[in-house]
Parts: sequence; C-alpha cells; structure tokens
Amino acid sequence: MNGVHDMGGMDGFGKVEPEPNEPVFHEEWESRVLAMVRAMGAAGAFNIDTSRFYREMIPPHVYLSSSYYKKWFLGLEEMLIEKGYLTREEVAAGHAMQPAKALKNGKLKRDDVERTMVRGKFARPAPASAKFNIGDRVRAKNIHPATHTRLPRYVRGHVGVVELNHGCHVFPDSAAMELGENPQWLYTVVFEGRDLWGEDGDPTLKVSIDAFEPYLDPAS
Amino acid sequence: MRLIFAAMSHDHDHHHHHDHDHSELSETELRVRALETILTEKGYVEPAALDAIIQAYEIKIGPHNGARVVAKAWTDPAFKKALLEDGSKAIGTLGHVSRVGDHLVVVENTPARHNMVVCTLCSCYPWEMLGLPPVWYKAAPYRSRAVKDPRGVLADFDVTLPKDIEIRVWDSTAETRFLVLPMRPEGTEGWSEEQLAELVTRDSMIGTGFPRKPGAPS
Repeated sequence: MNGVHDMGGMDGFGKVEPEPNEPVFHEEWESRVLAMVRAMGAAGAFNIDTSRFYREMIPPHVYLSSSYYKKWFLGLEEMLIEKGYLTREEVAAGHAMQPAKALKNGKLKRDDVERTMVRGKFARPAPASAKFNIGDRVRAKNIHPATHTRLPRYVRGHVGVVELNHGCHVFPDSAAMELGENPQWLYTVVFEGRDLWGEDGDPTLKVSIDAFEPYLDPAS
Repeated sequence: MRLIFAAMSHDHDHHHHHDHDHSELSETELRVRALETILTEKGYVEPAALDAIIQAYEIKIGPHNGARVVAKAWTDPAFKKALLEDGSKAIGTLGHVSRVGDHLVVVENTPARHNMVVCTLCSCYPWEMLGLPPVWYKAAPYRSRAVKDPRGVLADFDVTLPKDIEIRVWDSTAETRFLVLPMRPEGTEGWSEEQLAELVTRDSMIGTGFPRKPGAPS
C-alpha cells in the first residue's frame, strides 16, 4: 500500500539523531511488546508479513507520532483482534472473557525460546526457473497495490541492473494476506542515484533493493 | 481496525508534541499490561518465556557478535573470502559467535566504495549480528534520507567521505540482511582478533561510521 511507512526519498523529517550509549529499551513496556510479538509469532498466530502489514495500516498521523514500539503494540493488538484471538470487549475489560483460539504451533514455552532466536528460513524450492540473470537490465513495475508490498515507491518505473540472485523466497505480498507462501525469485537490483533522483542527485550514489520477480519487467 | 486506531488518534491529539509526555506513556503502559494479562489468561503466552526473550536481547545479542566476525575477516583471508561469498554459512562455522539465520549478506567497504544499510519500509536489520536496531535506524529521518542523500545523513554522524568515492546504499526490502565489513584501521598490524574486535563499532557495520582508530577511547 502507498502508506506513510514507505519513506524512501521523503523530505522534511529533519536530522538523524544518534543517541550515545542508547539502552536496548527505553521503557520496560517496550520490551514486553517486543516479547509478545516474538512469542505470538513463534506460536503461529501470524506471519512476519502480516505483522508488517498491520503496522502499515496504522493511520499516517498516528504512525508518524508514535514511537517504534508503540506502533508494534498498535499493530499487534489490532491484528490479534482481527484474527480472532481476542475481542474488543476483552481489550476494554483488560481480562479474558472468551475461550481461546487454538495456536498453530502451540504456546511458546520458556525452554523453546532459544530456538526461536534464530531467524526463520525464507528460501523455498523454485516452482519455475528464474526469469532474470545477473547483469540483466530490469524495470521496476509501476504498480500500486492497496495491500502489502515490498516494492518501495521510489524505484517504481525505474530501470536497474540485477546484481545478485538470492533464490526463491516466500512472497510477502501473498503471505501478508494469508494467501500462501507463493515463492518467487528474489534479486538484488541496483539503481543509479541519478536515475532515481534526477540530475541534482548525488552522482556517486547507487541504491539497491531486494526485488521479487513479480515486481520486475525486462528492460532493454 | 478503525475503532481502536480512532481512539488512539483522539488520545494522541490531547497530548500533541509533548516530549516524553508522562500521561501518554503511562496510558500505553496500562494498555500493554492489559494485553499481556489477556494473552496470559487465554493461554497464548507464558510470562517466563517473555522474560527469557527480553533477557536474550538485553544480554546475549548485540554488536559484539558482529565485531567478532569483522575482526576474524580482518585477520583470516580465507574466512573473509567465505564470508563475502556466503555470510550465513561462513558465520555458521564460528562456534563462538551466536547462531545466525539464513540470508545474511556481508558487503565490503573499500577505498573505492562505501556501503550503507537502511530499511526504508520498516526496520529490517541484522539482529543476530548487531542486536536490536537503535531508535534512529527505525525513525523517519534516517529511513527517508538514506537512499536519497546518504552524504547528508553521514554528516549527521560527523562522518565525511572522500568526494568521489562510490556510495552504495542497500535497502533491506526482503528477508535478506546486510552487514557492512568496514576497512581495517591503519596502525593495527599484528593485532589479535580480540584486540581488533574492540575497534569495531556498531555504526561501522551499518555504514554510518568507521571503526575506532588505535588508541581512541572506546
């Protein structure tokens, strides 16, 4: 979706502000939110793409004025309600009132935590051969799906070069909507900075994205 | 979706632009606690498991993992070659570094090219190598500007690059993760891996900084 989360190339947000000796968490509740997201994800309540989509659906003015973990919290709560794990009445009451819904992988136990600290595997067997080779010129499609996509706006319509082939991976656009993994070839595609930002762009800049095959057309 | 989000925005309007507004934070805190209570009561989460997750992020996982990988690459050419070919596989051979998932790509800084990593869409970051990302990495100024004006972003870190060096920005738009292999500082000939690891900063592995110089305060 063309949401405010798709920030590449936007102006006006000001300076980057590094924080010396930044703590891992600034508030205790942030750590609880992170842990709940990880635990419910490991239990199979949602996949990572669905959770990203719920954060992207936070209205722009709320998104921009909420801290990072506040966005995680808002996305988590809404997602769990919409997926039927809780009800709005329960949230309002602050207590369980309805029977639980079964979790695909079961509750995450303390002893299984370490196992879940390693990232999941997203590579899948290829359903077809790759359409593009390293060095091919490709154009990022001018598409504007209203649902989740990982093709940022700033490259759409622009021509780049395929630099790496990462194999076939779970396709976020399908997984986010719970339409299955629909594996697709994944490439690193590199763009010239001036192709993206015009003549005033930094001539020394190259920008790459990792693009799934359905995002790309051949270019001459 | 609308109900809750609408309630949120209403709440927010009352507290507009108050830095660290206490009432908003405590309201959030109450909501987070309520959610954990519900999830626990429904049997979805085990609070001890949540504690263990938090502990892992606070203690075990951090930039010290990435620093050891970088230091090893600086001293062992065969490892460096393997690391650049397949980051996940090469790191997997190091018993002393935390386990790493698939799809880690290590990109090397050279005198001709400086690499920088961003996630414009959210906050993708090599957690296992660097820990949880800092706030600035996840915030709008970095995410918006890194792909358009990386030299301007680097200036915010007091980092200046030679005028004609290529800047390559890697936008982490999939489940691949990128780790920058910075250049080894001069004046470190004969140093051990352990000594070298002390020079490797988190930001040098994101591409928004350089390793410390020998003798600089850590």
